[in-house]
Amino acid sequence: MNFVSVGFRTLFYKEMLRFWKVATQTIAAPILTAMLYLLIFGHVLEGRVEVYPGVSYTAFLIPGLVMMSVLQNAFANSSSSLIQSKITGNLVFILLPPLSHWEILLAYVSASVVRGLVVGAGVFAITAWFAHLSFAAPLWIIVFAVLGAAILGTLGVIAGIWADKFDQLAAFQNFLIMPATFLAGVFYSIHSLPGFWQAVSHFNPFFYMIDGFRHGFFGDSDISPWTSLAIVSVFFAVLAAVAINLLRHGYKLRN
Amino acid sequence: MTAIQINSVEKSYKGFKALKGVSLNIEQGEFFGLLGPNGAGKTTLISTIAGLIRPDVGSVKIHGHDVVTDFRNARKNLGVVPQELVFDPFFTVRETLRLQSGYYGIKNNDAWIDEIMHNLDLTNKADVNMRALSGGMKRRVLVAQALVHKPPVIVLDEPTAGVDVELRQTLWKFISRLNREGHTVVLTTHYLEEAEAMCQRVAMLKLGEVVALDSMQGLLRRVSGSQLIVHLKEGTLPEGLRPLVSHDEHGNGKGNRYSLRINAPGEVEAILARLRESGAVVDEMQMQQADLEDIFLQIMGDAKTGKGAL
Repeated sequence: MNFVSVGFRTLFYKEMLRFWKVATQTIAAPILTAMLYLLIFGHVLEGRVEVYPGVSYTAFLIPGLVMMSVLQNAFANSSSSLIQSKITGNLVFILLPPLSHWEILLAYVSASVVRGLVVGAGVFAITAWFAHLSFAAPLWIIVFAVLGAAILGTLGVIAGIWADKFDQLAAFQNFLIMPATFLAGVFYSIHSLPGFWQAVSHFNPFFYMIDGFRHGFFGDSDISPWTSLAIVSVFFAVLAAVAINLLRHGYKLRN
Repeated sequence: MTAIQINSVEKSYKGFKALKGVSLNIEQGEFFGLLGPNGAGKTTLISTIAGLIRPDVGSVKIHGHDVVTDFRNARKNLGVVPQELVFDPFFTVRETLRLQSGYYGIKNNDAWIDEIMHNLDLTNKADVNMRALSGGMKRRVLVAQALVHKPPVIVLDEPTAGVDVELRQTLWKFISRLNREGHTVVLTTHYLEEAEAMCQRVAMLKLGEVVALDSMQGLLRRVSGSQLIVHLKEGTLPEGLRPLVSHDEHGNGKGNRYSLRINAPGEVEAILARLRESGAVVDEMQMQQADLEDIFLQIMGDAKTGKGAL
Protein backbone atom coordinates (compact mmCIF):
# COMPACT_ATOMS: atom_id res chain seq x y z
CA MET A 1 0.00 0.00 0.00
CA ASN A 2 1.56 3.25 -1.11
CA PHE A 3 -0.10 6.29 0.47
CA VAL A 4 1.90 8.71 -1.66
CA SER A 5 1.29 6.91 -4.94
CA VAL A 6 0.64 8.95 -8.06
CA GLY A 7 -2.98 7.76 -7.96
CA PHE A 8 -3.52 9.04 -4.42
CA ARG A 9 -1.75 12.33 -5.13
CA THR A 10 -3.79 12.86 -8.27
CA LEU A 11 -7.13 12.23 -6.57
CA PHE A 12 -6.06 14.46 -3.66
CA TYR A 13 -5.04 17.18 -6.10
CA LYS A 14 -8.30 16.83 -8.01
CA GLU A 15 -10.32 17.18 -4.82
CA MET A 16 -8.31 20.27 -3.85
CA LEU A 17 -8.73 21.76 -7.30
CA ARG A 18 -12.47 21.06 -7.15
CA PHE A 19 -13.08 23.17 -4.05
CA TRP A 20 -10.50 25.79 -5.03
CA LYS A 21 -12.27 26.45 -8.34
CA VAL A 22 -15.40 27.41 -6.43
CA ALA A 23 -13.62 29.12 -3.52
CA THR A 24 -16.30 31.77 -3.13
CA GLN A 25 -18.77 29.07 -2.20
CA THR A 26 -16.42 26.69 -0.39
CA ILE A 27 -14.14 29.10 1.49
CA ALA A 28 -15.42 32.68 1.51
CA ALA A 29 -19.07 31.87 2.31
CA PRO A 30 -18.40 29.80 5.46
CA ILE A 31 -15.98 32.46 6.72
CA LEU A 32 -18.70 35.07 6.33
CA THR A 33 -21.21 32.83 8.13
CA ALA A 34 -18.85 32.36 11.10
CA MET A 35 -18.23 36.09 11.15
CA LEU A 36 -21.98 36.72 11.41
CA TYR A 37 -22.28 34.25 14.29
CA LEU A 38 -19.53 36.09 16.12
CA LEU A 39 -21.04 39.51 15.55
CA ILE A 40 -24.52 38.46 16.67
CA PHE A 41 -23.76 36.12 19.58
CA GLY A 42 -20.71 38.11 20.68
CA HIS A 43 -22.68 41.34 20.70
CA VAL A 44 -25.67 39.88 22.55
CA LEU A 45 -23.80 37.85 25.15
CA GLU A 46 -20.55 39.77 25.68
CA GLY A 47 -20.34 40.87 29.31
CA ARG A 48 -23.26 38.65 30.36
CA VAL A 49 -21.46 35.32 30.29
CA GLU A 50 -18.03 34.43 31.64
CA VAL A 51 -17.27 30.80 30.93
CA TYR A 52 -13.67 30.67 32.11
CA PRO A 53 -12.20 33.14 34.61
CA GLY A 54 -10.68 36.13 32.85
CA VAL A 55 -11.82 35.00 29.40
CA SER A 56 -14.38 37.16 27.60
CA TYR A 57 -17.34 35.48 25.91
CA THR A 58 -16.13 36.59 22.47
CA ALA A 59 -12.71 35.09 23.14
CA PHE A 60 -14.41 31.87 24.32
CA LEU A 61 -16.63 31.82 21.25
CA ILE A 62 -13.89 32.24 18.62
CA PRO A 63 -12.22 28.81 19.00
CA GLY A 64 -15.65 27.21 18.97
CA LEU A 65 -16.60 28.98 15.76
CA VAL A 66 -13.25 28.12 14.17
CA MET A 67 -13.64 24.46 15.05
CA MET A 68 -17.28 24.40 13.94
CA SER A 69 -16.21 25.79 10.56
CA VAL A 70 -13.39 23.25 10.29
CA LEU A 71 -15.75 20.37 11.03
CA GLN A 72 -18.65 21.46 8.84
CA ASN A 73 -16.47 22.25 5.85
CA ALA A 74 -14.47 19.05 6.12
CA PHE A 75 -17.76 17.15 6.05
CA ALA A 76 -19.13 19.21 3.19
CA ASN A 77 -16.05 18.65 1.04
CA SER A 78 -15.99 14.88 0.85
CA SER A 79 -19.75 14.36 1.04
CA SER A 80 -20.65 16.88 -1.66
CA SER A 81 -17.90 15.70 -3.98
CA LEU A 82 -19.02 12.08 -3.71
CA ILE A 83 -22.74 12.72 -4.07
CA GLN A 84 -22.18 15.02 -7.06
CA SER A 85 -19.98 12.42 -8.72
CA LYS A 86 -22.50 9.68 -8.02
CA ILE A 87 -25.46 11.64 -9.33
CA THR A 88 -23.73 13.01 -12.43
CA GLY A 89 -22.12 9.62 -13.05
CA ASN A 90 -18.53 10.85 -13.23
CA LEU A 91 -17.60 8.73 -10.21
CA VAL A 92 -16.88 6.12 -12.85
CA PHE A 93 -13.60 7.95 -13.54
CA ILE A 94 -12.50 7.07 -9.99
CA LEU A 95 -13.95 3.56 -10.01
CA LEU A 96 -12.40 2.39 -13.29
CA PRO A 97 -8.71 3.09 -12.50
CA PRO A 98 -6.57 0.89 -10.24
CA LEU A 99 -7.04 3.06 -7.15
CA SER A 100 -7.17 1.11 -3.88
CA HIS A 101 -9.81 1.66 -1.21
CA TRP A 102 -7.17 3.25 1.01
CA GLU A 103 -6.02 5.63 -1.69
CA ILE A 104 -9.59 6.75 -2.35
CA LEU A 105 -10.40 7.24 1.34
CA LEU A 106 -7.15 9.03 2.14
CA ALA A 107 -7.41 11.33 -0.85
CA TYR A 108 -10.96 12.40 -0.01
CA VAL A 109 -10.21 12.78 3.70
CA SER A 110 -6.93 14.64 3.13
CA ALA A 111 -8.60 17.15 0.83
CA SER A 112 -11.38 17.57 3.41
CA VAL A 113 -8.79 18.26 6.09
CA VAL A 114 -7.15 20.90 3.90
CA ARG A 115 -10.46 22.61 3.16
CA GLY A 116 -11.47 22.47 6.83
CA LEU A 117 -8.17 23.96 7.93
CA VAL A 118 -8.20 26.65 5.23
CA VAL A 119 -11.71 27.74 6.24
CA GLY A 120 -10.79 27.49 9.93
CA ALA A 121 -7.69 29.61 9.40
CA GLY A 122 -9.78 32.14 7.49
CA VAL A 123 -12.38 32.31 10.26
CA PHE A 124 -9.63 32.72 12.85
CA ALA A 125 -7.86 35.42 10.83
CA ILE A 126 -11.06 37.48 10.64
CA THR A 127 -12.48 36.85 14.11
CA ALA A 128 -9.20 37.14 16.04
CA TRP A 129 -9.45 40.95 15.64
CA PHE A 130 -12.45 41.00 17.96
CA ALA A 131 -10.87 39.56 21.10
CA HIS A 132 -7.57 38.88 22.75
CA LEU A 133 -6.68 35.22 22.31
CA SER A 134 -3.81 33.31 23.87
CA PHE A 135 -2.21 30.12 22.61
CA ALA A 136 -1.67 28.18 25.81
CA ALA A 137 -0.95 24.85 24.13
CA PRO A 138 -0.69 25.29 20.33
CA LEU A 139 -0.01 21.61 19.71
CA TRP A 140 -3.49 20.72 20.98
CA ILE A 141 -4.95 23.25 18.56
CA ILE A 142 -3.25 21.54 15.64
CA VAL A 143 -3.97 18.00 16.85
CA PHE A 144 -7.70 18.56 17.39
CA ALA A 145 -8.14 20.65 14.25
CA VAL A 146 -6.53 17.99 12.04
CA LEU A 147 -8.17 15.07 13.80
CA GLY A 148 -11.58 16.75 13.87
CA ALA A 149 -11.36 17.59 10.16
CA ALA A 150 -10.25 14.02 9.37
CA ILE A 151 -13.19 12.61 11.33
CA LEU A 152 -15.70 14.82 9.55
CA GLY A 153 -14.03 14.16 6.20
CA THR A 154 -14.42 10.43 6.86
CA LEU A 155 -18.01 10.91 7.96
CA GLY A 156 -18.54 12.85 4.72
CA VAL A 157 -17.22 9.89 2.73
CA ILE A 158 -19.65 7.57 4.53
CA ALA A 159 -22.56 9.96 4.00
CA GLY A 160 -21.61 10.50 0.35
CA ILE A 161 -21.53 6.75 -0.26
CA TRP A 162 -24.76 6.11 1.62
CA ALA A 163 -26.85 8.95 0.16
CA ASP A 164 -28.53 8.42 -3.19
CA LYS A 165 -29.97 11.92 -3.43
CA PHE A 166 -29.00 15.41 -2.36
CA ASP A 167 -31.88 15.59 0.11
CA GLN A 168 -30.65 12.48 1.89
CA LEU A 169 -27.27 14.13 2.26
CA ALA A 170 -28.93 17.35 3.42
CA ALA A 171 -30.84 15.33 6.03
CA PHE A 172 -27.57 13.80 7.22
CA GLN A 173 -26.08 17.27 7.50
CA ASN A 174 -29.09 19.02 9.03
CA PHE A 175 -30.28 16.32 11.41
CA LEU A 176 -26.95 14.88 12.50
CA ILE A 177 -23.90 17.02 11.83
CA MET A 178 -25.43 20.42 12.53
CA PRO A 179 -27.16 19.51 15.86
CA ALA A 180 -24.15 17.51 17.04
CA THR A 181 -21.89 20.50 16.33
CA PHE A 182 -24.18 23.09 17.89
CA LEU A 183 -24.76 20.93 20.97
CA ALA A 184 -21.05 20.30 21.42
CA GLY A 185 -20.26 23.51 23.25
CA VAL A 186 -19.49 25.88 20.40
CA PHE A 187 -21.47 28.66 22.09
CA TYR A 188 -21.27 27.55 25.72
CA SER A 189 -19.45 25.40 28.25
CA ILE A 190 -21.33 22.22 29.11
CA HIS A 191 -20.89 23.16 32.77
CA SER A 192 -23.55 25.78 32.19
CA LEU A 193 -26.05 23.02 31.25
CA PRO A 194 -28.36 21.12 33.62
CA GLY A 195 -26.95 17.81 34.84
CA PHE A 196 -28.96 15.68 32.44
CA TRP A 197 -27.81 17.59 29.35
CA GLN A 198 -24.25 17.63 30.64
CA ALA A 199 -24.41 13.82 30.74
CA VAL A 200 -25.92 13.70 27.25
CA SER A 201 -23.16 15.96 25.93
CA HIS A 202 -20.59 13.37 26.99
CA PHE A 203 -22.02 11.00 24.38
CA ASN A 204 -21.42 13.56 21.64
CA PRO A 205 -17.98 13.03 20.07
CA PHE A 206 -18.06 16.56 18.62
CA PHE A 207 -17.96 17.92 22.17
CA TYR A 208 -14.51 16.35 22.75
CA MET A 209 -13.16 17.78 19.46
CA ILE A 210 -14.26 21.32 20.31
CA ASP A 211 -13.31 21.09 23.98
CA GLY A 212 -9.83 19.74 23.18
CA PHE A 213 -9.35 22.40 20.50
CA ARG A 214 -10.39 25.14 22.92
CA HIS A 215 -7.95 23.80 25.51
CA GLY A 216 -5.16 24.68 23.09
CA PHE A 217 -6.13 28.35 23.36
CA PHE A 218 -6.95 28.75 27.05
CA GLY A 219 -5.14 25.84 28.69
CA ASP A 220 -8.52 25.18 30.31
CA SER A 221 -11.34 22.89 29.22
CA ASP A 222 -14.33 20.93 30.47
CA ILE A 223 -12.50 17.63 30.01
CA SER A 224 -8.80 16.69 30.06
CA PRO A 225 -7.42 17.02 26.49
CA TRP A 226 -5.87 13.58 26.84
CA THR A 227 -9.28 12.07 27.53
CA SER A 228 -10.69 13.99 24.58
CA LEU A 229 -7.83 12.81 22.38
CA ALA A 230 -8.41 9.18 23.32
CA ILE A 231 -12.16 9.38 22.67
CA VAL A 232 -11.74 11.29 19.41
CA SER A 233 -9.05 8.86 18.20
CA VAL A 234 -11.28 5.85 18.86
CA PHE A 235 -14.15 7.59 17.06
CA PHE A 236 -11.90 8.26 14.08
CA ALA A 237 -10.68 4.65 14.00
CA VAL A 238 -14.26 3.35 14.02
CA LEU A 239 -15.38 5.70 11.25
CA ALA A 240 -12.30 4.95 9.14
CA ALA A 241 -12.98 1.22 9.51
CA VAL A 242 -16.60 1.72 8.42
CA ALA A 243 -15.58 3.87 5.44
CA ILE A 244 -12.86 1.53 4.25
CA ASN A 245 -15.24 -1.42 4.46
CA LEU A 246 -17.89 0.41 2.46
CA LEU A 247 -15.28 1.18 -0.20
CA ARG A 248 -13.84 -2.33 -0.13
CA HIS A 249 -17.23 -3.93 -0.67
CA GLY A 250 -18.29 -1.31 -3.18
CA TYR A 251 -21.42 -0.53 -1.15
CA LYS A 252 -23.71 1.60 -3.38
CA LEU A 253 -20.71 2.23 -5.64
CA ARG A 254 -20.03 -1.00 -7.49
CA ASN A 255 -23.60 -2.25 -7.91
CA MET B 1 -2.83 -15.01 -24.99
CA THR B 2 -6.36 -14.52 -23.72
CA ALA B 3 -7.17 -10.85 -23.19
CA ILE B 4 -10.50 -11.38 -21.41
CA GLN B 5 -11.67 -14.57 -19.77
CA ILE B 6 -15.28 -14.60 -18.65
CA ASN B 7 -16.17 -17.72 -16.68
CA SER B 8 -19.81 -18.61 -15.89
CA VAL B 9 -20.71 -15.09 -14.80
CA GLU B 10 -24.11 -14.63 -13.20
CA LYS B 11 -25.58 -11.36 -11.95
CA SER B 12 -29.03 -10.64 -10.54
CA TYR B 13 -30.73 -7.40 -9.61
CA LYS B 14 -33.55 -7.83 -7.09
CA GLY B 15 -34.56 -11.18 -8.49
CA PHE B 16 -34.01 -10.27 -12.14
CA LYS B 17 -31.22 -12.32 -13.67
CA ALA B 18 -29.27 -9.97 -15.93
CA LEU B 19 -26.54 -12.50 -16.69
CA LYS B 20 -27.16 -16.24 -16.66
CA GLY B 21 -23.81 -17.99 -16.64
CA VAL B 22 -22.00 -16.14 -19.42
CA SER B 23 -18.67 -17.63 -20.52
CA LEU B 24 -16.46 -16.07 -23.18
CA ASN B 25 -12.80 -15.91 -24.10
CA ILE B 26 -11.57 -12.94 -26.08
CA GLU B 27 -8.08 -13.29 -27.50
CA GLN B 28 -5.42 -10.61 -27.53
CA GLY B 29 -5.54 -8.45 -30.65
CA GLU B 30 -9.13 -9.35 -31.50
CA PHE B 31 -11.75 -6.83 -32.55
CA PHE B 32 -14.70 -8.40 -30.77
CA GLY B 33 -18.36 -7.43 -31.03
CA LEU B 34 -20.82 -7.87 -28.20
CA LEU B 35 -24.29 -7.53 -29.65
CA GLY B 36 -27.80 -7.86 -28.40
CA PRO B 37 -31.08 -5.99 -28.01
CA ASN B 38 -31.75 -3.62 -25.12
CA GLY B 39 -31.82 -5.52 -21.85
CA ALA B 40 -29.72 -8.37 -23.20
CA GLY B 41 -27.08 -7.86 -20.50
CA LYS B 42 -24.33 -6.22 -22.58
CA THR B 43 -23.74 -3.29 -20.26
CA THR B 44 -23.97 -5.51 -17.18
CA LEU B 45 -21.33 -7.76 -18.70
CA ILE B 46 -19.10 -4.80 -19.55
CA SER B 47 -19.58 -3.36 -16.07
CA THR B 48 -18.51 -6.72 -14.67
CA ILE B 49 -15.41 -6.72 -16.86
CA ALA B 50 -14.65 -3.16 -15.74
CA GLY B 51 -15.13 -3.99 -12.04
CA LEU B 52 -18.03 -1.54 -11.77
CA ILE B 53 -20.25 -4.33 -10.56
CA ARG B 54 -19.32 -7.60 -8.93
CA PRO B 55 -20.65 -10.89 -10.27
CA ASP B 56 -22.77 -13.05 -7.98
CA VAL B 57 -21.16 -16.14 -9.46
CA GLY B 58 -18.20 -16.68 -11.77
CA SER B 59 -15.10 -14.66 -12.51
CA VAL B 60 -13.58 -12.32 -15.07
CA LYS B 61 -9.88 -12.02 -15.81
CA ILE B 62 -8.11 -9.35 -17.84
CA HIS B 63 -4.76 -10.61 -19.13
CA GLY B 64 -4.90 -13.26 -16.42
CA HIS B 65 -5.70 -10.84 -13.58
CA ASP B 66 -8.97 -11.34 -11.72
CA VAL B 67 -11.04 -8.14 -11.75
CA VAL B 68 -12.02 -8.57 -8.09
CA THR B 69 -9.05 -10.19 -6.33
CA ASP B 70 -6.30 -8.64 -8.46
CA PHE B 71 -8.18 -5.52 -9.51
CA ARG B 72 -5.14 -3.25 -9.71
CA ASN B 73 -3.42 -5.24 -12.43
CA ALA B 74 -6.71 -6.02 -14.16
CA ARG B 75 -7.67 -2.35 -14.39
CA LYS B 76 -4.23 -1.25 -15.55
CA ASN B 77 -4.79 -3.43 -18.60
CA LEU B 78 -8.26 -2.13 -19.35
CA GLY B 79 -9.69 1.08 -20.81
CA VAL B 80 -13.46 1.50 -20.81
CA VAL B 81 -15.57 4.03 -22.68
CA PRO B 82 -18.83 4.12 -20.70
CA GLN B 83 -22.16 4.33 -22.46
CA GLU B 84 -23.45 7.35 -20.51
CA LEU B 85 -22.18 10.76 -21.50
CA VAL B 86 -20.58 11.63 -18.16
CA PHE B 87 -18.06 14.36 -17.42
CA ASP B 88 -16.66 16.38 -14.54
CA PRO B 89 -17.86 19.97 -14.94
CA PHE B 90 -15.02 21.43 -12.89
CA PHE B 91 -12.25 20.75 -15.38
CA THR B 92 -11.00 21.47 -18.89
CA VAL B 93 -10.32 18.72 -21.41
CA ARG B 94 -6.59 18.72 -20.72
CA GLU B 95 -7.10 18.74 -16.94
CA THR B 96 -9.53 15.84 -17.28
CA LEU B 97 -7.02 13.80 -19.26
CA ARG B 98 -4.12 14.65 -16.94
CA LEU B 99 -6.16 13.64 -13.91
CA GLN B 100 -7.19 10.40 -15.56
CA SER B 101 -3.54 9.63 -16.36
CA GLY B 102 -2.65 10.25 -12.72
CA TYR B 103 -5.32 7.85 -11.48
CA TYR B 104 -3.53 5.18 -13.50
CA GLY B 105 -0.22 6.14 -11.90
CA ILE B 106 1.14 8.00 -14.93
CA LYS B 107 2.87 11.36 -14.52
CA ASN B 108 4.03 13.66 -17.32
CA ASN B 109 1.76 12.07 -19.90
CA ASP B 110 1.32 15.17 -22.06
CA ALA B 111 2.97 13.75 -25.17
CA TRP B 112 0.47 10.88 -25.35
CA ILE B 113 -2.41 13.12 -24.29
CA ASP B 114 -1.53 15.47 -27.16
CA GLU B 115 -1.45 12.55 -29.58
CA ILE B 116 -4.84 11.25 -28.43
CA MET B 117 -6.36 14.72 -28.69
CA HIS B 118 -4.88 15.12 -32.16
CA ASN B 119 -6.29 11.79 -33.30
CA LEU B 120 -9.72 12.57 -31.91
CA ASP B 121 -9.76 16.17 -33.20
CA LEU B 122 -9.77 17.58 -29.70
CA THR B 123 -6.61 19.69 -29.86
CA ASN B 124 -8.40 23.01 -30.24
CA LYS B 125 -10.66 22.13 -27.29
CA ALA B 126 -7.81 21.28 -24.91
CA ASP B 127 -8.35 24.27 -22.64
CA VAL B 128 -12.13 24.41 -22.90
CA ASN B 129 -14.20 23.48 -19.86
CA MET B 130 -16.07 20.19 -20.23
CA ARG B 131 -19.40 21.95 -19.68
CA ALA B 132 -18.88 24.01 -22.82
CA LEU B 133 -18.43 21.01 -25.13
CA SER B 134 -21.08 19.56 -27.42
CA GLY B 135 -22.29 16.00 -26.87
CA GLY B 136 -20.07 14.68 -29.64
CA MET B 137 -17.01 16.40 -28.19
CA LYS B 138 -17.77 15.05 -24.74
CA ARG B 139 -17.97 11.58 -26.28
CA ARG B 140 -14.50 12.10 -27.79
CA VAL B 141 -13.14 13.05 -24.36
CA LEU B 142 -14.63 9.86 -22.91
CA VAL B 143 -12.78 7.87 -25.55
CA ALA B 144 -9.59 9.82 -24.82
CA GLN B 145 -9.97 9.16 -21.09
CA ALA B 146 -10.17 5.43 -21.73
CA LEU B 147 -6.93 5.54 -23.71
CA VAL B 148 -4.70 7.76 -21.52
CA HIS B 149 -2.89 4.76 -20.00
CA LYS B 150 -2.48 2.93 -23.34
CA PRO B 151 -4.48 -0.09 -22.20
CA PRO B 152 -3.94 -3.33 -24.11
CA VAL B 153 -7.68 -4.02 -23.83
CA ILE B 154 -10.20 -1.36 -24.86
CA VAL B 155 -13.91 -1.72 -24.22
CA LEU B 156 -16.26 0.59 -26.09
CA ASP B 157 -19.84 0.54 -24.81
CA GLU B 158 -21.90 2.04 -27.63
CA PRO B 159 -19.29 4.71 -28.40
CA THR B 160 -21.13 6.10 -31.41
CA ALA B 161 -24.60 6.34 -29.89
CA GLY B 162 -26.06 9.68 -30.95
CA VAL B 163 -22.92 11.08 -32.53
CA ASP B 164 -22.30 12.47 -35.98
CA VAL B 165 -20.70 10.80 -38.98
CA GLU B 166 -17.48 12.78 -38.59
CA LEU B 167 -16.83 11.46 -35.09
CA ARG B 168 -17.66 7.93 -36.15
CA GLN B 169 -15.11 8.09 -38.93
CA THR B 170 -12.48 9.73 -36.73
CA LEU B 171 -13.11 7.25 -33.95
CA TRP B 172 -13.03 4.12 -36.09
CA LYS B 173 -9.88 5.27 -37.86
CA PHE B 174 -8.12 5.71 -34.53
CA ILE B 175 -9.50 2.54 -32.93
CA SER B 176 -8.61 0.50 -36.03
CA ARG B 177 -5.07 1.82 -35.79
CA LEU B 178 -4.85 0.81 -32.13
CA ASN B 179 -6.23 -2.63 -33.02
CA ARG B 180 -3.63 -3.03 -35.77
CA GLU B 181 -0.97 -2.12 -33.22
CA GLY B 182 -2.12 -5.06 -31.07
CA HIS B 183 -4.78 -3.62 -28.75
CA THR B 184 -7.76 -5.84 -28.11
CA VAL B 185 -11.04 -4.05 -28.78
CA VAL B 186 -14.45 -5.06 -27.45
CA LEU B 187 -17.34 -3.18 -28.98
CA THR B 188 -21.01 -3.05 -28.17
CA THR B 189 -23.18 -1.18 -30.61
CA HIS B 190 -26.69 -1.04 -31.95
CA TYR B 191 -25.27 -0.06 -35.35
CA LEU B 192 -24.84 -3.52 -36.79
CA GLU B 193 -23.17 -2.26 -39.95
CA GLU B 194 -20.38 -0.90 -37.72
CA ALA B 195 -19.98 -4.26 -36.04
CA GLU B 196 -19.97 -6.01 -39.42
CA ALA B 197 -17.31 -3.66 -40.74
CA MET B 198 -15.06 -3.69 -37.68
CA CYS B 199 -15.41 -6.95 -35.74
CA GLN B 200 -13.61 -10.18 -36.44
CA ARG B 201 -15.69 -12.18 -33.98
CA VAL B 202 -19.07 -11.60 -32.43
CA ALA B 203 -21.05 -12.78 -29.43
CA MET B 204 -24.79 -12.19 -29.35
CA LEU B 205 -26.54 -11.88 -26.03
CA LYS B 206 -30.20 -12.36 -25.38
CA LEU B 207 -31.81 -12.14 -21.94
CA GLY B 208 -28.48 -12.61 -20.18
CA GLU B 209 -27.28 -15.57 -22.24
CA VAL B 210 -24.88 -15.95 -25.13
CA VAL B 211 -27.03 -17.19 -28.01
CA ALA B 212 -24.36 -16.97 -30.72
CA LEU B 213 -20.57 -16.88 -30.69
CA ASP B 214 -18.73 -17.07 -33.96
CA SER B 215 -16.41 -15.29 -36.35
CA MET B 216 -18.09 -12.66 -38.50
CA GLN B 217 -17.62 -14.84 -41.58
CA GLY B 218 -19.01 -17.84 -39.75
CA LEU B 219 -22.08 -15.87 -38.76
CA LEU B 220 -22.61 -14.52 -42.26
CA ARG B 221 -22.37 -18.05 -43.64
CA ARG B 222 -24.92 -19.20 -41.11
CA VAL B 223 -27.75 -17.44 -42.88
CA SER B 224 -27.67 -18.92 -46.31
CA GLY B 225 -29.07 -17.08 -49.25
CA SER B 226 -30.02 -13.50 -49.92
CA GLN B 227 -32.88 -11.08 -49.89
CA LEU B 228 -34.96 -10.39 -52.96
CA ILE B 229 -36.59 -7.01 -52.58
CA VAL B 230 -39.61 -6.48 -54.79
CA HIS B 231 -41.71 -3.37 -55.15
CA LEU B 232 -45.12 -4.12 -56.57
CA LYS B 233 -46.80 -1.53 -58.73
CA GLU B 234 -50.06 -3.43 -58.85
CA GLY B 235 -51.56 -6.35 -56.96
CA THR B 236 -50.38 -7.92 -53.73
CA LEU B 237 -48.06 -10.69 -52.69
CA PRO B 238 -49.67 -14.09 -53.21
CA GLU B 239 -50.29 -16.14 -50.06
CA GLY B 240 -47.86 -18.81 -51.27
CA LEU B 241 -44.95 -16.36 -51.05
CA ARG B 242 -45.85 -14.98 -47.60
CA PRO B 243 -43.62 -17.45 -45.69
CA LEU B 244 -40.57 -16.00 -47.48
CA VAL B 245 -41.22 -12.44 -46.29
CA SER B 246 -38.61 -11.05 -43.88
CA HIS B 247 -39.53 -7.35 -43.96
CA ASP B 248 -42.93 -6.10 -45.02
CA GLU B 249 -43.20 -2.42 -45.79
CA HIS B 250 -46.73 -2.69 -47.08
CA GLY B 251 -48.85 0.33 -46.39
CA ASN B 252 -46.15 2.92 -46.25
CA GLY B 253 -47.81 4.95 -48.98
CA LYS B 254 -45.24 4.08 -51.61
CA GLY B 255 -46.81 0.90 -52.87
CA ASN B 256 -46.12 -2.65 -51.78
CA ARG B 257 -42.51 -3.45 -50.96
CA TYR B 258 -41.43 -6.86 -49.69
CA SER B 259 -38.13 -8.48 -48.72
CA LEU B 260 -38.18 -12.17 -49.54
CA ARG B 261 -35.60 -14.60 -48.25
CA ILE B 262 -34.20 -16.85 -50.99
CA ASN B 263 -31.60 -19.60 -50.84
CA ALA B 264 -30.36 -19.52 -54.43
CA PRO B 265 -30.56 -17.12 -57.38
CA GLY B 266 -32.52 -19.74 -59.32
CA GLU B 267 -35.49 -19.17 -57.01
CA VAL B 268 -35.95 -15.65 -58.38
CA GLU B 269 -37.58 -16.84 -61.60
CA ALA B 270 -40.02 -19.04 -59.69
CA ILE B 271 -41.02 -16.11 -57.46
CA LEU B 272 -41.52 -13.82 -60.47
CA ALA B 273 -43.64 -16.50 -62.12
CA ARG B 274 -45.86 -16.72 -59.00
CA LEU B 275 -46.22 -12.95 -58.99
CA ARG B 276 -47.21 -12.87 -62.67
CA GLU B 277 -49.76 -15.65 -62.09
CA SER B 278 -51.36 -13.66 -59.31
CA GLY B 279 -51.63 -10.58 -61.51
CA ALA B 280 -49.09 -8.55 -59.57
CA VAL B 281 -46.89 -6.14 -61.53
CA VAL B 282 -43.29 -5.67 -60.37
CA ASP B 283 -42.16 -2.06 -60.48
CA GLU B 284 -38.68 -2.51 -59.05
CA MET B 285 -36.56 -5.43 -57.93
CA GLN B 286 -33.16 -5.87 -56.33
CA MET B 287 -31.03 -8.63 -54.80
CA GLN B 288 -29.30 -8.09 -51.48
CA GLN B 289 -26.82 -10.36 -49.70
CA ALA B 290 -27.74 -11.31 -46.14
CA ASP B 291 -25.99 -9.06 -43.65
CA LEU B 292 -25.41 -9.00 -39.92
CA GLU B 293 -28.78 -7.43 -39.34
CA ASP B 294 -30.56 -10.38 -40.98
CA ILE B 295 -28.50 -12.77 -38.90
CA PHE B 296 -29.13 -10.76 -35.77
CA LEU B 297 -32.88 -10.76 -36.35
CA GLN B 298 -32.88 -14.44 -37.17
CA ILE B 299 -30.83 -15.43 -34.12
CA MET B 300 -32.79 -13.20 -31.80
CA GLY B 301 -36.01 -14.62 -33.22
CA ASP B 302 -34.72 -18.14 -32.77
CA ALA B 303 -33.58 -17.32 -29.26
CA LYS B 304 -37.08 -16.08 -28.50
CA THR B 305 -38.54 -19.39 -29.62
CA GLY B 306 -35.83 -21.39 -27.89
CA LYS B 307 -34.07 -22.38 -31.10
CA GLY B 308 -30.91 -20.36 -30.47
CA ALA B 309 -27.67 -22.19 -31.04
CA LEU B 310 -24.08 -21.55 -30.06
